[in-house]
Amino acid sequence: MNIHEYQAKQLFDEYGVASPRGKVAETPEQARQAAEEIGSNLVIKAQIHAGGRGKGTFKSGFQGGVHLCSSPADVEAKATQMLGQTLITHQTGPEGKLVSKVMVAESVEIARELYFAIVMDRATERPVIMASTAGGMDIEEVAHDTPEKILREGVHPLNGFQPYQGRKLAAFLGLSGAQAAAAGKLFTNLYNLFLAKDCSLVEVNPLVVTKSGEVLALDAKFNFDDNALYRQKQVAAMRDITEEDPREVAASEYALNYIGLDGNIACLVNGAGLAMATMDIIKFSGGEPANFLDVGGGASKEQVTAAFKIILGDPNVKGILINIFGGIMDCNIIAEGVIAAVKEVGLSLPLVVRLEGNNVAMGKQTLAASGLNLVSADNLADAAAKIVKAIAA
Amino acid sequence: MAILVDENSKILIQGITGSYGGRHAKLSLDYGTQVVAGVTPGKGGQLFENRVPIFDTVSEAVRETGATVSTIFVPPPFAGDAILEAADAGVDLIVCITEGIPVVDMMRVKAVLKDYPHCRLIGPNCPGLVTPGRGEQSHGGCRIGIAPGYIHRRGGIGIVSRSGTLTYEAVWQVTNLGMGQSTCVGIGGDPINGTSHLDVLKLFNDDPETEAIIMIGEIGGTREEEAAAWAKEHCRKPIAGFIAGATAPPGRRMGHAGAIISGGQGTAEAKKAAMREAGIMVAETPAEIGATLVKAMNK
Repeated sequence: MNIHEYQAKQLFDEYGVASPRGKVAETPEQARQAAEEIGSNLVIKAQIHAGGRGKGTFKSGFQGGVHLCSSPADVEAKATQMLGQTLITHQTGPEGKLVSKVMVAESVEIARELYFAIVMDRATERPVIMASTAGGMDIEEVAHDTPEKILREGVHPLNGFQPYQGRKLAAFLGLSGAQAAAAGKLFTNLYNLFLAKDCSLVEVNPLVVTKSGEVLALDAKFNFDDNALYRQKQVAAMRDITEEDPREVAASEYALNYIGLDGNIACLVNGAGLAMATMDIIKFSGGEPANFLDVGGGASKEQVTAAFKIILGDPNVKGILINIFGGIMDCNIIAEGVIAAVKEVGLSLPLVVRLEGNNVAMGKQTLAASGLNLVSADNLADAAAKIVKAIAA
Repeated sequence: MAILVDENSKILIQGITGSYGGRHAKLSLDYGTQVVAGVTPGKGGQLFENRVPIFDTVSEAVRETGATVSTIFVPPPFAGDAILEAADAGVDLIVCITEGIPVVDMMRVKAVLKDYPHCRLIGPNCPGLVTPGRGEQSHGGCRIGIAPGYIHRRGGIGIVSRSGTLTYEAVWQVTNLGMGQSTCVGIGGDPINGTSHLDVLKLFNDDPETEAIIMIGEIGGTREEEAAAWAKEHCRKPIAGFIAGATAPPGRRMGHAGAIISGGQGTAEAKKAAMREAGIMVAETPAEIGATLVKAMNK
């Protein structure tokens, strides 16, 4: 789950992670008021779940999603150009993202740009801090070109972040005196935030040292552990569904795992590994998968019906492959769900169904007796070949 | 011989009174598994299916029945605690089926489990393991978790996989080729888990009954690469493999919490390359896993 910059700032403020003053606004009027509170040295930033805002362009032709402003009136004018408009950046895709909020912040005079991130590292099974003197750049490029500019510091899972580690990181980043102390405090507070909110990633890029010697988090990207959202009510409430694919939003309402892709052969599968493998074999057989969809192990008839409807609601879909290997999943439940869904929305697309496993004989029987226009397949290769052929016909 | 469990293993099930745990406890019993105890705090003294005693604690269950393996069907908020309770009670093997445990909980559990070096954890978010029996439709073996029993057959192929249903595909292909499985181990789809591909390859390598191995992985992390590097130097048995997720977009979590390509790392291509480099024959599609195994065995 992602959040906006202004929400990241709320979390920073809560945990004492120093960042420039800023306020969110939903109307040009609110933006002007926020600017009046902040005073001078103003910047306005479009709030979207994507980077590259500064260099982006609005569909209206207005250039740039980040602007320095000379006055509250200027802030209001820029806000008018941004709010309700669609911003396209190199990370949004050509369709861009609708801007419904802006953040008005204090712009700071930057002396140095650094990089600081905490990631839950699966290889060492602990949080790992990545700090770099090359801030404001793509960290993957830095890791590739100048890896010596990055320090990786693991945090012991039981003991947590130690003050000596803060001093070590500050020294690596070329900070001393009051700046080192401020940085150490920022790192500690950010680590506490990382744990408290069940984050999988917090990336501060850039972490700046200002000309007046302050150490501030200028921008932040947060990712949260989806498995922990049940115990993170504040974070869960920060979800912005307008930033998500509407098909994925619909799927999540039924606790389905769905990811939309660009192809035209939809699939409905039980089990994430098998669902990925089904996408792979569709591609291998000359087709293009339209989605990843795992109905899981305990899917009810209602969930299967919902999954089917989401698939049928995608205009790109020209054919459907259902691949079920029933372990916990009962093949007859799938069959009943397919029949119910088709009866509700109607079916005019080719449908290939491959069932195997728990209660398969009954499932196949139920499908055969339904009178539905579908093609049965016995194994995966057969199923993929059949659906690719069916949509080409 | 098989690995980890066989028809003599005594199993207890934590969460046996939940609908999910109960359903699979029954399927395991039907398969001939020695499910000797259940544990649900507060329900001690009851009987499951009129035959399996339920206890309030794992310790009590172990003491009264001699169970050495625990299967965990406990919901995510309580599963980490359930794992540690089982370790504390002295079981040899814990198999955690639960999906959805927060990764920080597993980080802490793994750190504490270092105090119990004789206890192995498999999972979480895994389908469990099966050592097939020698009876009708492989009845009489040990089925821990949620796999369908009938697809198995006792034989010489060891299978280790992160997936559930994709594993059943491989098992079914092997059975239909007239071969059988020594043990099938589902290590699960989470990024921090108890047992890796490498851990299981080592066990298969030393198991007299296992003649060849199938290794199934997916995008995310670098465990397949580590296993492949070890296999190149040390594995005496032929290995066939498959990696799911060649068509997965980067940065997205594909169902499994651990199935994510991150910072360019953990791609299917990189894993397949590492496996081929190690002499592992890689199936290009999931439909060819069995056929690829045959090629590897005939090499």
